[in-house]
Amino acid sequence: MIKINNAKLTDNSLVDLEINNGVISKLSKSSGKQTDGIDATGKLLLPGLVDLHTHLREPGREDSETVLTGSQAAVAGGYTAISSMANTNPVADTAGVVEQIYRLGKEAGLCDVNPIGAVTKGLNGEQLAELGAMADSIAGVRIFSDDGKCVSDPLIMRRALEYVKTFNGIIAQHAQEPRLTINAQMNEGSVSARIGLPGWPAIAEEAIIARDILLAEHVQSRLHICHLTTAGGVELVRWAKQRGIQVTAEVTPHHLLLTDDLVENYDPIYKVNPPLRTQKDVMALREGLAEGIIDIVATDHAPHPAEDKDCEWQAAAFGMVGLETAFSVVVKTMIESKLMSWTDLVDRMSIKPAQIAGYKQQGQVFAENSPANLILVDTAGSWQVERNNLKSKSKNTPFEGMNLPAVISDVIYNGKLVLSNRAIVNGNHG
Amino acid sequence: MISGHLLSTADLTKQEALNLLSTAKELAAITDGPNKKLPTLRGKTVVNLFFEDSTRTRISFETAAKRLSADVINFSAKGSSVSKGESLKDTAQTLQAMGADAVVIRHGSSGAAKRLADTQWIQAAIINAGDGTHEHPTQALLDAFTIKQHLRSDQEDLTGVKVLIVGDILHSRVARSNVILLTKLGAQITLVAPPTLLPVGVNEWPVKISYDLDSEIENCDVVMMLRIQLERMADSFFPTEREYSRRYGLNSARLSKLSKNAIVMHPGPMNRGLEISAESADDLKSVIIDQVKNGVAVRMAVLYELLGGAQIGETK
Repeated sequence: MIKINNAKLTDNSLVDLEINNGVISKLSKSSGKQTDGIDATGKLLLPGLVDLHTHLREPGREDSETVLTGSQAAVAGGYTAISSMANTNPVADTAGVVEQIYRLGKEAGLCDVNPIGAVTKGLNGEQLAELGAMADSIAGVRIFSDDGKCVSDPLIMRRALEYVKTFNGIIAQHAQEPRLTINAQMNEGSVSARIGLPGWPAIAEEAIIARDILLAEHVQSRLHICHLTTAGGVELVRWAKQRGIQVTAEVTPHHLLLTDDLVENYDPIYKVNPPLRTQKDVMALREGLAEGIIDIVATDHAPHPAEDKDCEWQAAAFGMVGLETAFSVVVKTMIESKLMSWTDLVDRMSIKPAQIAGYKQQGQVFAENSPANLILVDTAGSWQVERNNLKSKSKNTPFEGMNLPAVISDVIYNGKLVLSNRAIVNGNHG
Repeated sequence: MISGHLLSTADLTKQEALNLLSTAKELAAITDGPNKKLPTLRGKTVVNLFFEDSTRTRISFETAAKRLSADVINFSAKGSSVSKGESLKDTAQTLQAMGADAVVIRHGSSGAAKRLADTQWIQAAIINAGDGTHEHPTQALLDAFTIKQHLRSDQEDLTGVKVLIVGDILHSRVARSNVILLTKLGAQITLVAPPTLLPVGVNEWPVKISYDLDSEIENCDVVMMLRIQLERMADSFFPTEREYSRRYGLNSARLSKLSKNAIVMHPGPMNRGLEISAESADDLKSVIIDQVKNGVAVRMAVLYELLGGAQIGETK
């Protein structure tokens, strides 16, 4: 049994909890007394965070991340559920591979690891993967994505959207028109013009979003837009929602904070796909998230080994790690700016992502007998990002040296304490 | 000079650029004499690190370094460890271990020179000899030197000189370096190109933009033709080379419209008959050979200021 005493909820009430057998067995108004258990005085109690966009690199690139190290990073960042993207090697395009990842997640035992299945075989964009087999597997896949690549063929995209209706699946699209982004390196605009890097225009993202919104409407299926980055994209999703089209969208923490002028020094730590955009886009994304036009925050945690960033820009890999900094970056950009409340943050980082993905044990409001996936946050605290202290096997964070607000001190996953005073405990690997 | 490197013309103040040009002029005068060689950089090692083929630029730097008595090592990526997958970092650390004092780098990736300068891979002075589609600062310096020589020899800077830069601005490191440097020196620049070959965002540059060469040609002092890469045609930047040549090439009809004292420039190598006709290239208005000659003097000045002499020009 775990006891938590004197924790604050988002409505500012103070509570005591008891956790037994994976659920909250007792929830009561705080007695104000400290008995045995975790003293949560001054800390905010939130449901565990849920990520719908995580790259774990296992199988295939275990030198950059494994399911275990990715789970450790997730826990340190307050996540009790993550969703591993399909672009592993081999690709997660069969029941066998998704079950392997699911099993590795269970073995790690630190958070739910839910595999995302590929939309097309080998991410080749040509032939549908066995979506039904992945849905029926023990991994119970419901989100399908060729992330890293766009399902650019409109007919394949249409078929995928239609097909997953059988099992209430959803297609998560990496919106990138390939012909408009050949060899693209960064946002196309005044910075790319000046520093001479091939541009990745906003229109290449928006054209696919617009097309897929119309396809989703036509076939009455569910579409999720991965890592939306442009002001125009926010407007398209707003329009779709007004029409009642079943579209949801995510934004990454780095796109809420960083802009393309950081590329000026050609440091590949800022190389990411989709690219960092302009300040105007950043403000539109923040407003879109606050309004709920953008439904959720997703990390797009993308680990890469040192050699893939310690090189010239064009040779470098796209991507940034994000699991351990996501929460604090959202606090910095959305709470400190007073665009969102803590209740909104819980909605965008826990409740909504769990609803979109159908993760029934996650994103719950606190009540007796509800699943015990929760985190404690020192909201007054702050911490400095040091890449060598990251739990992730890869250190490619763009936030190095930054002082960020809010410290996640404890995480309870499935009724078990997995993070205690910022240190990983328990799990199945000690 | 900015922190001991030459990476971009943007890093040079106007005064630093003018000092380099005057150093180049002094050095040119010396090397025009019977003994072309100066002992200034004796004992220094200059590495020409070329990841792209560019015989012209390489031999220009090589000549410049040798006239200053430096030891020159030519490191070409083809057939070297680089073609076997060695990273830029490992190559740089190798050159560091061998005691390179300056590295002249030509690389296909924009920003490669800046990466060498910003990282701890190597301590040598870095000279950007062309990085991707970003910059080629010594080309801009030699162009400024040539323009000054022909049009403003009695003036401090290039105030009032009207320069047309014609062609593939989008992919041109020569254009980027020249826009920054020539503007800084007082010239007025007009970029002439089809819209497909102008970068999105060019409207923020301190230049005039035109799609029509004929409406600009009569009213300029310098026309600088850029090399057109034939593979651009395959990417639909323009329909055919003939159409490009008709609309944006410097032919005899356009040559005859140039004002009396105007000069014709080209960074080379030329596609004769495509962006520039043979008559234009060989006309008396053409200063293309002077550009090549001045390239050596300007590169000597850059090496001299970065590696050796504090007595001419600014200290680093």
